[in-house]
Amino acid sequence: MKRHWLATPYIVWMVLFIVVPMFLVLFYSVVERTEDGYRLTAEHFHRFVDPIYINVLIRSVVLAVISTIICLLAGYPMAMILASREYSRKKIMYMLIVLPMWMNFLLRTYAWMTLLERKGVINYVLSMLNLPSLDILYTNQAVVLGMVYNFLPFMILPIYSVLSKIDQNIIEAAQDLGGNNFTVFRRVVFPLSLPGVLSGITMVFMPAVTTFVISKLLGGGQFMLIGNLIEQQFLSSGDWGFGSALSVIMMLLILLSMGIMSRYEQESGGGALW
Amino acid sequence: MRFLKKSYVFLIFAFLYAPILVLMIFSFNESKSRGNWGGFTLKWYMELLHDKQIMSALYYTLLVAVLSSVIATLIGIIASIGIFNMKKLPQSIILNVNYIPILNPDIVTGISLMVLFIFMKMRLGFVTLLLSHITFNIPYVILSILPKLKQMNKHLYEAALDLGATPMVAFFKVILPEIMPGIITGFLLAFTLSLDDFVISFFTTGSGVANLSIVIYGMARRGISPKINALSTLMFLCVLMLLIIVNLRMSKDPERRLKSGASKENGRYISSIGHDI
Repeated sequence: MKRHWLATPYIVWMVLFIVVPMFLVLFYSVVERTEDGYRLTAEHFHRFVDPIYINVLIRSVVLAVISTIICLLAGYPMAMILASREYSRKKIMYMLIVLPMWMNFLLRTYAWMTLLERKGVINYVLSMLNLPSLDILYTNQAVVLGMVYNFLPFMILPIYSVLSKIDQNIIEAAQDLGGNNFTVFRRVVFPLSLPGVLSGITMVFMPAVTTFVISKLLGGGQFMLIGNLIEQQFLSSGDWGFGSALSVIMMLLILLSMGIMSRYEQESGGGALW
Repeated sequence: MRFLKKSYVFLIFAFLYAPILVLMIFSFNESKSRGNWGGFTLKWYMELLHDKQIMSALYYTLLVAVLSSVIATLIGIIASIGIFNMKKLPQSIILNVNYIPILNPDIVTGISLMVLFIFMKMRLGFVTLLLSHITFNIPYVILSILPKLKQMNKHLYEAALDLGATPMVAFFKVILPEIMPGIITGFLLAFTLSLDDFVISFFTTGSGVANLSIVIYGMARRGISPKINALSTLMFLCVLMLLIIVNLRMSKDPERRLKSGASKENGRYISSIGHDI
């Protein structure tokens, strides 16, 4: 079978629309414009070492880590309950978790503004119950809430799919050998579910650390994340150099976290270089 | 314990569905502001059809989704067969490059494409939007088709040739039916990814061409028109109905379900959407 040339059109496409754009961003991040062309510079990366920008990076990572932890703590029990149920109900539950993702995510995030507002739905209910009002819109808490809301299914689903594949005989064997429920969970179920946990963590952390929409809507634009900073460089301040440098830093951040995750991952997904 | 489990499940679903419920309820709200309730009305559903901005956004959203997923699927089929028949080293290089748009944060994909288009002096608009969508769709199509090619019996194609089929006939009669489930998954994946994309579209479009996500983002500051709520309520109900129909059909026909490995495919399908946000 000598049909490898069939890939040629796509290779051309890839070079043009994947490889070249990446190199353009790399290029803009290390050059500055002078009267006669371009000059190599490290200035864009140097600018990043300002406490203001470092703080933005730290805040992005911290908020993403907090959201990931909350997703894990809330999602794992849910995945366990889902995996333990009988078949017919399971399918409906699975659908119910997937279904919200079919609605435009900007709109769902926007709906949280309606819920969280000072005179919003949640506060209306709270005041009816004579409870103190909740005022978290345009704060870090609201951003974390938005991240957890948007990415929780990505934690539940991979854990669920690993848990439901665990051989019941192994669990029964552990119980027969005298393990109580907690020991069986700690020594058998949890270690076996680790691949699902790891892919859940990746699937929540990555989009959370790079988002600029959630922080803009629920954070009111006053709490910058690195995504907002990049958007601003390209769309309002027109500083491509700095924006490109930030993008390169973000790519490195993603590569780094992928690297850390893949060290723990048992089966690799196919991309050997990553 | 049972009660505890049930209430936990209820709590999680309440959390997931609260915003959606609010959106739907407010599509029947007489008052325009998102805060207060002014009585029940259907006027937003009526006005929806006459809103030029929303209708044009809907048109572009659907047009780009259909075109980009069809083109990406066609390129993806051809490319998958080519990649499958490659030697080990070039194959792994190509697959790694193929992974870049999936692994890269959307914002980086978006700005790098924008930089490319501006660098090539292309006007940002419909063409650049379509090109970007095709670019981020193809990798998902290829990743859906390749496993099917690997599962296929290698000798089937040769047998077809031995029995006198031309390569073309062998492709359409033997290979294509074998990889069809992968093609369909890839196509649906591409279609929904394109339909729901905001970040990449946001950076690569211009001059009056906007999809629904971009229009919604633009409105979010001033307050989203209840007409958008009405539209998304309708779209949500369409999806819900489709899912119910597909589900009923599948549960009636257990053999079909086994054949297409529906649940497994769904799993991958969902996991890939994650990147979109």
